[in-house]
Amino acid sequence: MLLSTPRSSADKTAIKVAVLLSVGSHPLTGRGRRAEQDARALEMALALPQADAQLIHAGRLNDESEPALRSYLGMGPQQMTLIQQPKQADVLPALEKHLRQLGPKLILCGSRAEAGEGSGLLPYLLAEKLGWPLISGLAAIESVDGSSATVLQALPRGQRRRLRVKLPALLTIDSAAPVARQSAFGPARRGQLAEVDAPVQMDTEQEGWEVQPARKRPKRLKIIKATSARDRFKAAAAKSEGSGGQVLKDITAAEGADAVLKLLMEEGVLRVSS
Amino acid sequence: MLNIILPVLIFAALALAVVGAVRRISLWRQGRPSPVSLLAGLAAMPRRYLVDLHHVVGRDSYISNTHVATAGGFVAAAVLAILVHGLQLESRILAWALLAATTSMFVGALFVAKRRVNPPSRLSKGPWMRLPKSLMAFSLAFFLITLPAAGILPHGFGGWVLALLLVALVVWGLGEMFFGMTWGGPMKHAFAGALHLAWHRRAERFGGGRSTGLKPLNLDDPNATLGVEKPADFTWNQLLGFDACVQCGRCEAVCPAFAAGQPLNPKKLIQDMVVGLAGGSDAHYAGSPYPGKPVGEHQGDAHSPIVAREGKALVDAETLWSCTTCRACVEECPMMIEHVDAIVDMRRFLTLERGETPNKGAEVIDNLIATDNPGGFAPTARMNWAADLNLPVLAEVKRTDVLLWLGDGAFDMRNQRTLRAFVKVLRAAGINFAVLGNEERDSGDVARRLGDEATFQSLARRNIATLAKYSFRSIVTCDPHSFHVLKNEYGELGGEYVVHHHTTFIGKLHEDKKLNLRGWKGGKVTYHDPCYLGRYNGEYEAPRAVLRALGIEVAEMERSGFRSRCCGGGGGAPITDIPGKQRIPDMRMEDIRETGAELVAVGCPQCTAMLEGVVEPRPEIRDIAELVADALIEQADAVDATAKKPQVEEALA
Repeated sequence: MLLSTPRSSADKTAIKVAVLLSVGSHPLTGRGRRAEQDARALEMALALPQADAQLIHAGRLNDESEPALRSYLGMGPQQMTLIQQPKQADVLPALEKHLRQLGPKLILCGSRAEAGEGSGLLPYLLAEKLGWPLISGLAAIESVDGSSATVLQALPRGQRRRLRVKLPALLTIDSAAPVARQSAFGPARRGQLAEVDAPVQMDTEQEGWEVQPARKRPKRLKIIKATSARDRFKAAAAKSEGSGGQVLKDITAAEGADAVLKLLMEEGVLRVSS
Repeated sequence: MLNIILPVLIFAALALAVVGAVRRISLWRQGRPSPVSLLAGLAAMPRRYLVDLHHVVGRDSYISNTHVATAGGFVAAAVLAILVHGLQLESRILAWALLAATTSMFVGALFVAKRRVNPPSRLSKGPWMRLPKSLMAFSLAFFLITLPAAGILPHGFGGWVLALLLVALVVWGLGEMFFGMTWGGPMKHAFAGALHLAWHRRAERFGGGRSTGLKPLNLDDPNATLGVEKPADFTWNQLLGFDACVQCGRCEAVCPAFAAGQPLNPKKLIQDMVVGLAGGSDAHYAGSPYPGKPVGEHQGDAHSPIVAREGKALVDAETLWSCTTCRACVEECPMMIEHVDAIVDMRRFLTLERGETPNKGAEVIDNLIATDNPGGFAPTARMNWAADLNLPVLAEVKRTDVLLWLGDGAFDMRNQRTLRAFVKVLRAAGINFAVLGNEERDSGDVARRLGDEATFQSLARRNIATLAKYSFRSIVTCDPHSFHVLKNEYGELGGEYVVHHHTTFIGKLHEDKKLNLRGWKGGKVTYHDPCYLGRYNGEYEAPRAVLRALGIEVAEMERSGFRSRCCGGGGGAPITDIPGKQRIPDMRMEDIRETGAELVAVGCPQCTAMLEGVVEPRPEIRDIAELVADALIEQADAVDATAKKPQVEEALA
């Protein structure tokens, strides 16, 4: 088919990249959509030369989730693997089993889901189970070879940190990563959703939870006493955290612990009781 | 000797022309099927040619008269030449008639030649420069060889030298006029043009009708390619239409994108489609190129993609995205070619299959899908502008006389002023109206022009379902784009409504003496026709009537009415934002300044936004609703509001 560009898995130099995709939710209307960061993860995989992107979703296929899942297929890939999981299931064991079978070199996913629990813990738990290194807040993958990858991690205010990671590894994508390409209706409609059965482990803990809409938390007002546009800009672009602090290098654990303790007391997090 | 040579030449040329015609028809038949009645079309063709086509050609009376003389002379001369010289019918009357026909054709050809002495830049050169000479050769040759048959000169006059000379002229004339007609010379326009008129995809256009709504795309078959990827994906009669182009360049002369230096020239686009259907490169094109794109770098064939994913194919994507869908080219085209349909067809492929809507296109489409408005605003905020107006909402009142369709301008602070003004006018006239409020969605106009037919149909179907819940007599809107889509494009999806533009509605209120207006005290005023109100819907008069009612004498721009120049805001052009040498609204503001007007009256939120985007100092921009609201004499209805209001409501109930 002319309309999609994924490299064939038969290609021997291809690096298998698994992309974990969830059903997103629009912040204003709550309508299902491709999750912003997951879509960026897929974009990163599709833009990677020699990558054989494997799309994976663990969840249910229904009228609500299908358009959202298909919108990932609208970005070009022809197939998505759908690991069947009921609503209250913990998708972690099923994902782990499938990923072990698949054996990718890289797993890409967003930092946290837009709907549901959205704790952002899944990548960490998954990396722990697989015993793989995890890099969070990815902005770009610079290069990948057979055994390692060079990546850029996004830090606040546009700073980047270059990291080298041994493969296989799990990478979570930051909103600083390139925007996902447009999803096209035709390929989205034609793409295959390959359903796979997987063991189900219900999330029993969740049953006891009470869920309610999040309240908007009050925000501290930033009072800016600037008189000129330049001052206002500087104030807006200034670091939000306090200056000062110190970098401790080559010190013993006890010295480090003392430093942390001292800071916590200074900040009033810990009180000197006696 | 001529008695033998002439029939051979004539019938040989005719036979070759038939072969060429079969070949050309097979090229058109590469296209997709299109349901038109072949016989009824052929029967309607002469009338479409003589009335509808010449109505457009007649806007340029020089070439109109020239064409009547030349084409009329040629058709008569061709038929008579076949009778007199091909079949050797001995008839003085026929011979004299042939003399008259060739004379008319020759005179016409002289005027064609004169137009070609210093041709305007919009005309294509190349083979078209040869055409007047070929016309003269044909008419002169047949005039001279008919003289003996008419009894003016003796047979065998001039000996074999003259005979040979005449035969050479006849060969030239027949070559251009018969052979060239179907093998791709300039005369191809006559053959393809006649059939194009007969089998036009929009038969409703003829006989004074109007057909401007885009054709829906069938989304039922998941395996079908959506939109036009290759020239062969057009319908066969669209391909035929491209082939009918005479390269007169009237489209080029009125195209706002071309004038702004954006890489679009409607004439070149149609010629590129001709290259595409026959296969080859654009190197032989002899007209103005797309601004900034040299000729000769693009090529294609009927079964290759028109827009390449990388590199160059037949047309570059930015050419297609430069169009504002203002329909000026379609309005001017004497051959009734549908440029906008073709452009939207190709955009559909780029958006629906490739996901390559440029610049903000993807974001706008995502917003439309997620929030039902292009700006990505919360759908629950649609009525915020009217928080203090206490507008009746249909969800509560269920039925009303007039449904006020807000459009996405409800989210725009500038357009909110227009909407508030129009509400004031409606209230002053005592109209029983209501709004859909937050239940309203984008009409789908922008999605459709950006090629996203799927989102358009989704929005349209949901809007139609919402409208079906309530009872109202008519819809009125301040947005000509919503107006056009509701009126002309919802019908094929099952939504038939009586829709008015607010200027038409205010005009009617004034006629019915429901408005009490004070006279205009400001300066000179001009009026800018929105494309989607004017060319798309033929409403030129109502806005002017309202302005007259205000006591304003409109200082017309040179390009007004059906020739109005686009503001640059249509067809998603501000979203795809293809760079050019200048901005379209700046050019339009120049048009406005030329009238010396201090204020330009508009009737469209897009036009307002585009024109107000021109840097000051510039004439003020006011919507007609604002002008009317300002001129309302409110004391009158304050005095007898209690007495009058029930009466009005009774009259409308």
